[in-house]
Amino acid sequence: MESFTLTQQLLQFMVTGLTIGSIYAMVAIGFNIIYNVTEVLNLAQGEFVMLGGLIMVSLHVALGLPLVAAFAATVATVTVVGMLLDRLAIRPVRQPTVMSLIIATVAASMIFKGLAMLIWGKNPYDLPAFSGREPILLGGLVIQSQYLWVIGFMVLVTVLLALFFNRTILGKAMRACSDNGAAARLVGINTQQMVLLAFAVSAAIGAVAGITLTPIALMDYDRGAMLAIKGFAAAILGGLGSFPGAILGGIILGLIESYGAGLLLSGYKDAYALIVLLLVLFLRPSGILGGMAAARSKRV
Amino acid sequence: MNRFGRYLAMLLLVCVVVLVWGLGTAPADYKVGAIFSVTGPASFLGDPEKKTAEMVVAQVNAAGGIDGKKIQLIVYDDEGDATKANLYARRLLTQDRVTAVIGPSQSGLTMAIIPLFEQFKTPLISCAASHKIVYNEKTGKPYHWVFKTPQSDSMAVEAIYAQMGKMGIQRIAIMSVTSGYGASGREELLRIAPEYGIEIVADEKYDPRDTDMTAQLTKIRALAPQAIVNWSIGPTQVIVLRNWRELGMEKIAFFQSHGFGSRQNIQLAAGAAEGVYLPLGAGNIAEILPDDHPQKEVTMTYLAEYTAKFNEPVSAFGGYSWDAMHLVIDALRAVGDDKAKIRDHIENRKNFVGQQGVYNFSADDHNGLTKDAFLMVVVKDGDWTLVE
Amino acid sequence: MLRIHKPPMAVGAVAIAVLPLIMGRVPALEHYPLLMVFAGIYCLLTIGLSLLMGYAGQISLGHAAFYGIGAYTSGVLTVHFGLNPWLCILAGALLAALVALAIGTPALKLQGHYLAMATLAFGIIVNIVFREEVRWTGGPDGLIGIPMLSLFGFHFDAIVKYYYLVWAVVAGAFVFSANLLQSPVGRALRAIHTSEAAAGAMGIPIARYKVTVFVIAAVMAALGGSLYAHFMNFINPGTFDLFFSIQLILMIALGGMHSIWGAMVGAILIAFLSFEWLHHFGEWEIVVYGLVLLVVTIFFPKGLAGLPKMVTERIRR
Repeated sequence: MESFTLTQQLLQFMVTGLTIGSIYAMVAIGFNIIYNVTEVLNLAQGEFVMLGGLIMVSLHVALGLPLVAAFAATVATVTVVGMLLDRLAIRPVRQPTVMSLIIATVAASMIFKGLAMLIWGKNPYDLPAFSGREPILLGGLVIQSQYLWVIGFMVLVTVLLALFFNRTILGKAMRACSDNGAAARLVGINTQQMVLLAFAVSAAIGAVAGITLTPIALMDYDRGAMLAIKGFAAAILGGLGSFPGAILGGIILGLIESYGAGLLLSGYKDAYALIVLLLVLFLRPSGILGGMAAARSKRV
Repeated sequence: MNRFGRYLAMLLLVCVVVLVWGLGTAPADYKVGAIFSVTGPASFLGDPEKKTAEMVVAQVNAAGGIDGKKIQLIVYDDEGDATKANLYARRLLTQDRVTAVIGPSQSGLTMAIIPLFEQFKTPLISCAASHKIVYNEKTGKPYHWVFKTPQSDSMAVEAIYAQMGKMGIQRIAIMSVTSGYGASGREELLRIAPEYGIEIVADEKYDPRDTDMTAQLTKIRALAPQAIVNWSIGPTQVIVLRNWRELGMEKIAFFQSHGFGSRQNIQLAAGAAEGVYLPLGAGNIAEILPDDHPQKEVTMTYLAEYTAKFNEPVSAFGGYSWDAMHLVIDALRAVGDDKAKIRDHIENRKNFVGQQGVYNFSADDHNGLTKDAFLMVVVKDGDWTLVE
Repeated sequence: MLRIHKPPMAVGAVAIAVLPLIMGRVPALEHYPLLMVFAGIYCLLTIGLSLLMGYAGQISLGHAAFYGIGAYTSGVLTVHFGLNPWLCILAGALLAALVALAIGTPALKLQGHYLAMATLAFGIIVNIVFREEVRWTGGPDGLIGIPMLSLFGFHFDAIVKYYYLVWAVVAGAFVFSANLLQSPVGRALRAIHTSEAAAGAMGIPIARYKVTVFVIAAVMAALGGSLYAHFMNFINPGTFDLFFSIQLILMIALGGMHSIWGAMVGAILIAFLSFEWLHHFGEWEIVVYGLVLLVVTIFFPKGLAGLPKMVTERIRR
């Protein structure tokens, strides 16, 4: 039997950590987009991931749509769901406080989860890997091709978002809303539409995370909540509202889980990640990359 | 004044509820209760269990019932929550006044309600596996009113270790999910290993909703055991298999628990399940049983009926519920709805042919099965094949 | 909001006192006292949480951890060491207070969502400990054999007896909280909720007050947990998980966050919804639950406890 050096093991843990971390990062980015514009913590973010995975399974596996078409259609569908969430659950709240809006998103996530259970049942579903299941061997290192897709899509999402926020009028308007909503309204930006847009973009990113995750982890109706919590933790760790922070937070979280499971008691791996999170918060109350001032101005 | 208004509203609410509830339920001849985890994280247990129990009752009633009396099945969904299991058990016992109860789906929840059944002197036939359900540590005997149909985890472990002995495997790694199912299997794996001269070199865990177990497997790979035993349920047992294959660990034999016993899992593993060993009850493998097998007939019948009705593969879990329900029906047929007589009847029942085995109950054994209730199976060409 | 009126309290006390006598006689409602035992335990949790969230304005998504600390202290000490249950209840409350002090002192310096995450993380970590320390806690399968309570030879073995015990404790917590809110502490808390900066400028020791309320809420939760453990005679980690923490938030949101009455209405309502009424919707249960919650959030911003006021205002206009 071949032997594996510690270095090989450590690298293997890193590959896993980066992949899981990328998923968390995508969920965290979704949190941030909505948070920046509305200060709402959208706890239904994980349900977008779940819906992305399950709708993709239906379109690609059950209906036989080609990969790219099914991908696009899934993202589009979940985007519409995200917009409906804003229109039907967030905007109608009569006296919006941060707390009541969070409760509204919790309620929405229950409805999504319940409907998903009625539509798809309780069994998990599989999605073929985008480019086959043959892993790539690199020295003693094993990399599943789907892992690269996950990391690749995380990078792609980041690049597209950077372009969107820096190069397009719409993106700049959205940034203006997050910096100062009242001032943005004064210069003629329709903030309500910006909120709608934030939900749409955030849902689309969630869908991408779900589609790329499903070939690795299968998907069922009950997955959303856990992903939302991990994504929330990543967003907080990195600093709420900060996109580089979300990516950093997600990847740190993924790496701690992976190294914790591999090197220490695996039953406690979630605890390790959260203990680190607590320590970071106690030392830096606004996360790694969150500005203190930003955290103050966005207080509940 | 406002405060009084508030009370008025509350009172009104209570009145409405009283009215709704006052409508009551129609009386039926034999009342049997059931508590399953129909929704929630353990729904893959409770869902087929509920469907099976309802199907069995419908069949019996359609065939004229028991001596002309129909069975009314009252099913509650505990959602995997101990508080709800306790509450519904009390309701079945004190309000619905059922003759016997089948379920719950999970060992922990069964443990949570055993004291109630001892107190209210009503038979409980659990569909959960732990041997603690039928073994009171204080007295060293079974609980008086409690039975269970699934094979104990210790039997599955013994079947696996016996197979390892035949294959010359001594150094193994174990993996388990951090739910009651995984914890109970893990405990038995650790406890019985010395009896079979097996050394456990790694003991890894993961969460029921985890998306990847590569880290745990990488650690195991470096320790180079001869085999891995994985004890989990739900999507994780498929993910772990895929990771095992992707990491190129085929040389390390892979054993799954009986929780893997649904063809859906082979499909979901997308080829990764080839060559995996697992112990299964006869109910999972009806088609490949030899014709002279004692359970061939009942398992083939159940397979045909269940798949025709629900258009999904049968699972071991549905089988637990089939056995529990039929044990109750068998007792009702023999002695009517006297609880104490039903209990005595089940305790003395021999050669009861069910989905999961041929039960021989006794005063010391409220499970009635031996490790022969498990057959070793290996996955070949995307289907179960009997070992040997 | 400030004054707690005496008449409604009297009405409430009488209603609670006679409830089991009436319902015990109606066959369809026979199990309502049982539901009210759990509802009462939830009230203990939500009263504390509403002090923390509704009055002091500090969010906690990890409150189930203190509930669990109470339950497991009672469970472990009675099962493994055979200690007197009443002593264990005290020990549970004490441990919860210490943990709350240790975690609250650094955590309550955090703001808004950061505090939410810190408490959430704390709750998950505590739950993992319950699950993993199998030797003491019984692991995921749970801990069996927790004794029932008895006092001077009187056994709290019937549901109705336990009902009165639980609700007596709830009444104590209610009176304590009402008095607390009318004291200078209560005024200070509301000042913190309105504006921390202003409260600080007025010389209110913000940090100390916040931690104090956090400890009080933790102790109430631990009492609830102990009462739960001795009633069920069984506990498992699933009861005290993150989703229960979120459910607690839903309770006070549904009832009305800014009053202890609201906290109680929400606790009782969610107990009945999740144990009883939603059961009739079968597979649709969770969807209906979500819809109820959404409707209340959208149309009753002050929760159901704010409903009578809304109605009277509408009529006056």
